[in-house]
Amino acid sequence: MKVPERGKVGPVTPLTALGGTPISVWVERNSDAIVQRLGEHIALTATALGIGLAASIALSVLSLRFRWSYPVILGVAGALYVIPSLGAFAVLAPFSGLSFTTAVIPLATYTLLILIRNVVTGVDQVPAEVRESAIGMGFTRSRLLWQVELPLALPVVIAGLRVAAVTTIGLVTVTSLLGYGGLGYFILRGIQTPVPQPAPIIVGIVLSVVLAVVVDLVLWLTGRALTPWTRKAR
Amino acid sequence: MSILDQLGAWLSAPNRWSWTDPQGVPYRTVEHLRFSVLALLVAVILAVPLALWLAHYRRGAFAANAAVNIGRAIPSFGLIILFWFLASQWEVDTTFWPLLLALVALGLPPLFGNTYAGVVSLDETTIDAARGTGYREWQIMLRLELPLAMPVILAGMRVAFLQLVATVAIGAIVNDGGGLGRYVVDGFTLGASGNGELLGGGIAVVALALLCEGLFELIIRFATPRGLALQNARKSD
Repeated sequence: MKVPERGKVGPVTPLTALGGTPISVWVERNSDAIVQRLGEHIALTATALGIGLAASIALSVLSLRFRWSYPVILGVAGALYVIPSLGAFAVLAPFSGLSFTTAVIPLATYTLLILIRNVVTGVDQVPAEVRESAIGMGFTRSRLLWQVELPLALPVVIAGLRVAAVTTIGLVTVTSLLGYGGLGYFILRGIQTPVPQPAPIIVGIVLSVVLAVVVDLVLWLTGRALTPWTRKAR
Repeated sequence: MSILDQLGAWLSAPNRWSWTDPQGVPYRTVEHLRFSVLALLVAVILAVPLALWLAHYRRGAFAANAAVNIGRAIPSFGLIILFWFLASQWEVDTTFWPLLLALVALGLPPLFGNTYAGVVSLDETTIDAARGTGYREWQIMLRLELPLAMPVILAGMRVAFLQLVATVAIGAIVNDGGGLGRYVVDGFTLGASGNGELLGGGIAVVALALLCEGLFELIIRFATPRGLALQNARKSD
C-alpha cells in the first residue's frame, strides 16, 4: 500500500513575500556556483587593480619627474574615467570578444584617475626637510622616490586604492553582459529565467556589497600595518 | 564582413538618423538625456536642501559619510534589476518608475556628500560676520552658504550626472528605452552579427558621456560666483 509522502502532494513551493525560491534554499542549491563566481569577482577586481596600480605608479613617476606632463596625464585619465563602463565594453567586444581582457581593460582604466591623483598628492605632501635630509645623506633620485617618498605617500595611496577597489567591485557586476560578472552573474540571471527570481538578485547584490566592505576593511588594515608611524605620532 | 563594414551597415540603416523613430540615434540620445536630467533634478531637489540644512546646523555628519560610502558600494546594475523586479511583482509600470527610482538613488550620495562637505568647509568667520550684521539663519543658508558652496555642489552634480548617463545605458537591460544603451544591449544579444550595432552604440554612449562632461565643465565655469573664481585664481597663482 502506498501512502503519499507528506510534502510531495501538489505544488508546495514555499513562498516568500516576493515569490520564487526562498533565499536560504537557493543559496544551498547554488553554493558551488556562488563560490566560483565570488572567485571570479575577486580575480577580476584584483587583476584590474593590479594593472591599474602598476600603470598609475609608472604614470605618477613620469608626472613627478616631468611636471608639465601631469595635467596631460590627469586629463587623459579623467576622460577614461568619464567613459561609461557599458560603452567601453561595447567598443572593445567586437575586437577582443567576450573575453577576460575585454572585461578587465575598462575596469583597470577606471582606477587610473583616482590612483594617479593620490600617488602624486601623496608624494607632494612629503615634507621638504625630509626630502632634503635624504638628499643630504646621499640618496639618489630613484632611491629617494622608492625608499622615502613613496613609503611616506602610502597612507594617501591606500586611501585612493580603497576608493578604487570599492568602485571596481561594483563595476565588475556589469561584466555579466560579457558572460563574466562575478556575483553580478546572479543578478542578471535573476531576470533571465522564464519566471524572474528574487533570490539570485538579492544574493548577488548583498554579497557584492559585503565583498566591497570586506575588501575596504582589509585594505585599511593593511595600510595601518604598513605605516606604523602614522599611529605612533598620536 | 569586417567589423568596420558592419559598423557602416549599421550607421546607414533606414531611420538611423531619425528624431522620431526608435531606431534613430537622435531619438535615443534625447531619450537618454531626458532620463538622466530628470533623475538628476529629482535627486538635487531631494538631496541639496536637506544636506544644506543638516550641514548648517552641523547635524548628521555620520549619516552623510555613511551615505556616500554605501552609495559607492551598491552596484548600480543590481539596483536597476532589483527595482525592475519589484515593479514587475507589484504589477506597476516597469519601463519608467523602476529605472527612475534606481537612478535617483544613485544620484543622491554624491550630491548629499558634496553639499554637506561644501557647507561644512566654509570659513566660520564669514558666517559669523553675516550673523553679526543681522542675517537670519535661513538667509545665511540661502544667500551665503549655498552660493559659496556652489562649486563643490556642482562638482557633486557632475559626478552624479555622469554616473546617471552611464547607468541609463545599463537600464536598457530591463527596459524598452535605455537611451543609447539600447543598441549595446541588443548588440550583445545578437552575438557576432551584432558587432556593428555594438560598436556603433558603444561609440555613441562614450561620445554622449564625454560631451556631457564638457558641457558641465562650462556650466561650472559660468555658475561659480565671480568673487569666488577670482579668489581661487589668486590662490593658484
